[in-house]
Amino acid sequence: MSPVAAPPVALGALLPVLIVLAAALAVLLLDLLPARRGKGHLAVVALAGVVGALLASVTAWGGAGRAFRDMVVLDNYALFVHVVVAYAAALVLLVSVDYLRREGAESGEYYALVLLSASGMLLLTSANDLIVVFLAIELMSLSLYVLSGLFKRRHQAGEASMKYFLLGVFASVFLLYGIALVYGATGSTNFDRIAAAAATRPDDPLLVLGLALLMVGFGFKIASVPFHMWAPDVYEGAPTSITAFIATGSKAAVFAALMRLLVAGLRGFQADASALLWGLAAVTMTLGNVVAIAQSNVKRMLAYSSIAHVGYMLMGLVVGGPTGAAAVLFYLLAYTFTTAGTFAVVALCERAGVEAVEVRDYAGLARRHPALALALSLFLLSLVGIPPLAGFVAKFYLFGAAVRAGYVGLAVVAVLNSAIAAYYYLRVIVAMYMQEPDGAPARLTPSFAGGLALVIALVGIVLLGVMPAPFADLAQAAVAPLLR
Amino acid sequence: MTPGLLTVVTFLPAAGALALLLVPRRAEAALRGAGLGVALATLALSLPLWVGFDPASPEYQFVQYAPWMPSIGIGYHVGIDGISLLLVLLTTFLTPVALASAWRAIEDRTKEFVVVMLLLETGMLGVFVSLDLFLFYVFWEAMLIPMYLVIGVWGGARRIYAAVKFVLYTMVGSVLMLVAILALYFQHGAATGVHTFDLPTLARWVMEPGPSQTLMFLAFALAFAIKVPLFPFHTWLPDAHVEAPTAGSVILAGVLLKMGTYGFLRFCLPLFPHASLAFGPVVFALAAIGIVYGAWVSTVQPDLKKLVAYSSVSHLGFVMLGIFTLTAQGLMGGVIQMVNHGLSTGALFLLVGMIYERRHTRLIADFGGLWGVVPAFSAVLLLVTLSSLGLPGLNGFVGEFLVLVGAFQVSGVLAAVATSGIVFAAVYLLWMYQRVAFGPVTREENRRLADLSPREWAVIAPVVALIVWIGVFPAPFLRPTEATVQALILQVQSKADVTAGRVDPAAPRLARP
Repeated sequence: MSPVAAPPVALGALLPVLIVLAAALAVLLLDLLPARRGKGHLAVVALAGVVGALLASVTAWGGAGRAFRDMVVLDNYALFVHVVVAYAAALVLLVSVDYLRREGAESGEYYALVLLSASGMLLLTSANDLIVVFLAIELMSLSLYVLSGLFKRRHQAGEASMKYFLLGVFASVFLLYGIALVYGATGSTNFDRIAAAAATRPDDPLLVLGLALLMVGFGFKIASVPFHMWAPDVYEGAPTSITAFIATGSKAAVFAALMRLLVAGLRGFQADASALLWGLAAVTMTLGNVVAIAQSNVKRMLAYSSIAHVGYMLMGLVVGGPTGAAAVLFYLLAYTFTTAGTFAVVALCERAGVEAVEVRDYAGLARRHPALALALSLFLLSLVGIPPLAGFVAKFYLFGAAVRAGYVGLAVVAVLNSAIAAYYYLRVIVAMYMQEPDGAPARLTPSFAGGLALVIALVGIVLLGVMPAPFADLAQAAVAPLLR
Repeated sequence: MTPGLLTVVTFLPAAGALALLLVPRRAEAALRGAGLGVALATLALSLPLWVGFDPASPEYQFVQYAPWMPSIGIGYHVGIDGISLLLVLLTTFLTPVALASAWRAIEDRTKEFVVVMLLLETGMLGVFVSLDLFLFYVFWEAMLIPMYLVIGVWGGARRIYAAVKFVLYTMVGSVLMLVAILALYFQHGAATGVHTFDLPTLARWVMEPGPSQTLMFLAFALAFAIKVPLFPFHTWLPDAHVEAPTAGSVILAGVLLKMGTYGFLRFCLPLFPHASLAFGPVVFALAAIGIVYGAWVSTVQPDLKKLVAYSSVSHLGFVMLGIFTLTAQGLMGGVIQMVNHGLSTGALFLLVGMIYERRHTRLIADFGGLWGVVPAFSAVLLLVTLSSLGLPGLNGFVGEFLVLVGAFQVSGVLAAVATSGIVFAAVYLLWMYQRVAFGPVTREENRRLADLSPREWAVIAPVVALIVWIGVFPAPFLRPTEATVQALILQVQSKADVTAGRVDPAAPRLARP
């Protein structure tokens, strides 16, 4: 009788995830202790967890760990997106501190749920197995469903939470069905083995159908057209800090998983689907931008704008290969810096009980709070893609990858979209600098944590814009292990 | 030659702007003074460029190179030749003039105004000195935002509409240019194995004529044609000019429009010679239409500022005409005419701004008989008007004459149409002047107008001095351009000949028959 060999447990590959999970549990426990005043200490613990994950990711750079029978991979690719996600989570936490206090919604669960969601995102980026993908997406999403309904007094909150939940579950079902079909076709849920099986029988209808269903599931999560309907309502109804998290962290993580599956594993399928992806990218960016023009609510406008940005990123999937993937990674980094910063300003501009999220609420902001207006202007200009800010360089790499691969037509569609986008982003700048407020100017109380978040994001977009080369090299290095 | 000088000149205004951010906004006088000081320092530093420039050499001078993103062939590469030298000087000259003109006119948010104007100067200088396509594009796009703010924040009643229109028009053109830049980069890389955005390297490469060259040319040309503006892409210009504050109009007409014509010279001609030659007739036609159309529309404008704005369409038509003749005279005329238009039209906008500050109206019908009330103002206005319509002895004549000489070598009809533009210019400008300055004083308010103040003299006198100087003795301004222009013609012709199989570099033709 041979002894049962215990599977090797290599928790090192999960270290960043575990750090965040530990912080989440610590927050829950600490919340039980009677606090003298406020929940600020919980935010500090949460932040410590996220920063710990960030540092663990940075120090693990260069090594490649696999664990749980190749279900989880901690390679440079995962680490790069780890940093993006941890960064997004850190900004969200910094913004949350006084945002929640002003809204009277401070609670320990909030921080715990943000951390749980972040751990799902981190796990998702290193997932190398469809089951892990599903688990990670659920861990991430369930926390976000709850968080988006946090402001119970706002009627949009209930709608947002319910809509997000129902459509999210719907997407999960698609995902699960796709996983089942892919398993049926290939006999495995592991990315590597799926890729190997797909290479021998690329036209297996079961496999193609399974992958198509997977694409639907992923499409919901990243809010690409035609699965984008939930985004505006959820972005509007959710607390602004959570909107920021949905727009940055969850998008980055899901996109990373999608790319690992599609660009690294199923190269044949990616090439076949590139015509379809071409159309999806073009429609997604155009619809996002055109509908954004009609929005008067800044959060809804940013929701449509983020749909448009998904369209740009899909270009990277159309291109595929190392250049496409590296361009998307850089774009994710730049987009996260910029979008998190934008929402940080939006959150700072919301006052207790008063939702100041219409474009006209920003009228005259430049007079009352010139620094805040300048910061928001820079974030918006980065979203437009004006040099020398991060958004421009990100677009430059992405469009460059498209042109290089011969997708000049798609690049033309994308740049024309950038010009359309300029209109609605600039409208906010118009309001801030060129219009006067209707009523009495409102005083905002700047806070240290919120200001710190803004400064970090600003340094990020300027640094990425002026000195992009080191980060682009990191993105190149990150995709290298995927495409050996 | 000090290689770092160009970088210092380019970034000094931006550095000054950042330093001014630290000055408290209450200290308005200090802010204005410091802003003007920075602009004047930039002007002073740019003069050694002129003195140290070797007019005999067609090479880029004051070159500085530093790797920026070496892995994809992007470098910080700056340098000037005879063409960009003049435009750099024009920029450093007009910016302090514009800042000084706004001394009284801009009272709201002075700090932001000074900062934005200085950032704008760095953006414009960067466009003229960049020798790397990526760097160029960065400056080209970055400069949009300060101009947008100048129009949108300190402009007239319909300023927001004008500002947004300006940005959207320019954006649509320039984003397509971005795709063309990328396509050029990859085609050059595929053909030569060298992936670079370096302009001199790219310009040495002879691209095969064909659809891809044509498309790239069109993408570049659209961006530049909107900026010039070449008819029919001019519709943003009247709005932007009319709504912009005086300082903004001066910079817009004086420098920004030149970026379009400069783009044709620097990028379209050397990079896409075949397409440039093939589309020559189209450009001629559009330029000729612009010359005549701009003049006619100017004639019927009731608003002084709008009249000057439409006259720009006409004048820039001359520049485009001169450039695309690809003759030495035409090109030199085009280049010097860019400077002339910057000075004359800039001065016209300054004068219109001065009279607007007094009367808060720009309608021609509200004036009349100003000669008797404000003789000094009227005399300066007369001189500037005459310069704008090309009176011999003043600057406008030199440029227009050279352009017409060039145009005549290409086609007599073209020259005739263009010449008619000069006649029409005399019509609208002199008629305008007659209605404003001569005749009886029709409005009571006009009887008590004050004449030019010492500050206004200080603003306008340097411009007038240059107008006369270039008119009487243009050689110092023409000489630096000569070698550059000859080299450009040689480059375009030899590239066209190489691919046409008629390689005879020993006998470069300077003018097409």
